[in-house]
Amino acid sequence: MINEVIINLLYIIAAILFIFGLKMLGNAKLARKGNLVSAIGMLIAIVAALVSNEVLEWQWVAIGMIAGSIVGAIAARMVAMTAMPEMVALFNGTGGAASLLVGWSEYQRYVSAGEVLDVSVFSLLIITVTVLIGGVTFTGSIIAWGKLSEKIPSKPIQYPGQQIVNVLIVLLLIGGAVIFAPLREMVIIDSYALLISIIVLSCILGISFVIPIGGGDMPVVISLLNSLSGMAACAAGFVITSNVLIVAGALVGSSGIILTTIMCKAMNRKLTNVLFSGFGSGKTQSGPGFQGEASPVSVEDTFIMLEAASNVLIVPGYGMAVAQAQHAVQELAEQLEQNGTEVNFAIHPVAGRMPGHMNVLLAEANVPYEKLKEMDDVNPTIDMVDVVIVIGANDVVNPAARTDETSPIYGMPVIDVDKARTVIVMKRSLNPGFAGIDNPLFFNDNTRMLFGDAKASTQGLVAEFKE
Amino acid sequence: MEIMLVFVLILASFLGFELISKVPSQLHTPLMSGSNAISGITVVGAILSLAGTFVAGGETARIVLGTLAVFFATINVVGGYMVTDRMLSMFTSAKKEGKHD
Repeated sequence: MINEVIINLLYIIAAILFIFGLKMLGNAKLARKGNLVSAIGMLIAIVAALVSNEVLEWQWVAIGMIAGSIVGAIAARMVAMTAMPEMVALFNGTGGAASLLVGWSEYQRYVSAGEVLDVSVFSLLIITVTVLIGGVTFTGSIIAWGKLSEKIPSKPIQYPGQQIVNVLIVLLLIGGAVIFAPLREMVIIDSYALLISIIVLSCILGISFVIPIGGGDMPVVISLLNSLSGMAACAAGFVITSNVLIVAGALVGSSGIILTTIMCKAMNRKLTNVLFSGFGSGKTQSGPGFQGEASPVSVEDTFIMLEAASNVLIVPGYGMAVAQAQHAVQELAEQLEQNGTEVNFAIHPVAGRMPGHMNVLLAEANVPYEKLKEMDDVNPTIDMVDVVIVIGANDVVNPAARTDETSPIYGMPVIDVDKARTVIVMKRSLNPGFAGIDNPLFFNDNTRMLFGDAKASTQGLVAEFKE
Repeated sequence: MEIMLVFVLILASFLGFELISKVPSQLHTPLMSGSNAISGITVVGAILSLAGTFVAGGETARIVLGTLAVFFATINVVGGYMVTDRMLSMFTSAKKEGKHD
């Protein structure tokens, strides 16, 4: 067995690397190195854990690690960049599940050793907290994954008395925890069965907590669940009295809260509204006001407008990624530039399904980084833009966010494409987007609708330019 | 002992609040994914849950729970770091390839 001091020293080094790694991840130039730094920290922590105890079920650790590495590596390699948000949600869920299992397994250790009655109230409470946060993170992430991949409806699923049911579950959990730990000698109950009930209830809470939240708000939910998974790891750290778990878990937990707040700000949503109001449920929709006729336009006419334009702004949304049109869009941008047109991309902070998701997708299609402009940079001069092409974006260009106080997204900062001279919207139909909100932009006088598959339309335009 | 852990928790939480303040929005996704990988630190707890003396009788349950914990935590760690790296590698290659195109 290696000296305990050395083991702890290794844990401290790991913690330092996590801190530097996280700091570097927030800087565009250092981000990739930061990820590597934090991965090295993880490796050191794992090695320290492996050599810290002379008695270890080696074969089982090896089986778990090898199987986990294979699954994790394959998933990370195979996932399409468009499916990134749900992948993060899934990885998050496995982290929550692991914390739950660590807490459970620690209780099993006491049971196996026949020491349950000697365990301190504090330890029992911590075990409860660990399985609770772990369970909520686990099932909540699975639901978030299901909603984003549309395995389950992304619309909010609500039923009467939902809040009351959630409150009841929480009360039951608190009651269970109290009986499980401080009152264990007064209430005669099978404490193992109680722990299992707490685990099951936590898993139910995760489901009932995420299921009423609409797909449009999922980025915030994933960020919050990410923060929770950190707290779960932190709680597990208390269970096994490990500083490195507490430090790393707390870092993720608190930085995740900051990130969640930043995202809420970008979407102009209050966290409490995200969690409790069922965004996009259609209840606050205003029916009238969006009447009028949309003007359709053909690929040929679009080409003529684009050819005459001296500057073009492309506003991509998740629909572009769904249609796998990003490479075609990059090709169109090149054709436009060869024609002497200035081309820029305007990226809304929450375009795609997670903040920054669109940047990743366009980077994958080799769109030069410098061409990606942030919303705040394009809005002041957008009235100088000849043609704006909106590709698969909807809510992030919805002028109702500025004008219609009854709109669910009222107040959300949007790209003011309606102020440009001409707007071409590539869209399959007039259906509302992912969040289910009507868009008056489609009926404006300066808006032309290019209906059809975004990829086919874009390729058609490229072909026109090449002729 | 426990109070020392609480002390560590509080300091680390404040550090986490300070670390993430001005992050450009294009880095939010990689940052979320990268910090998610760090929460895979639970793998250390999972490994330790398979350490120590095993008592006959309770072994199967503990081994099953522990092995599953290691399995899930490793997915989180390996998948999380790899997918973050994949995303970030695209940011850099876009700059280079944009020029020779």
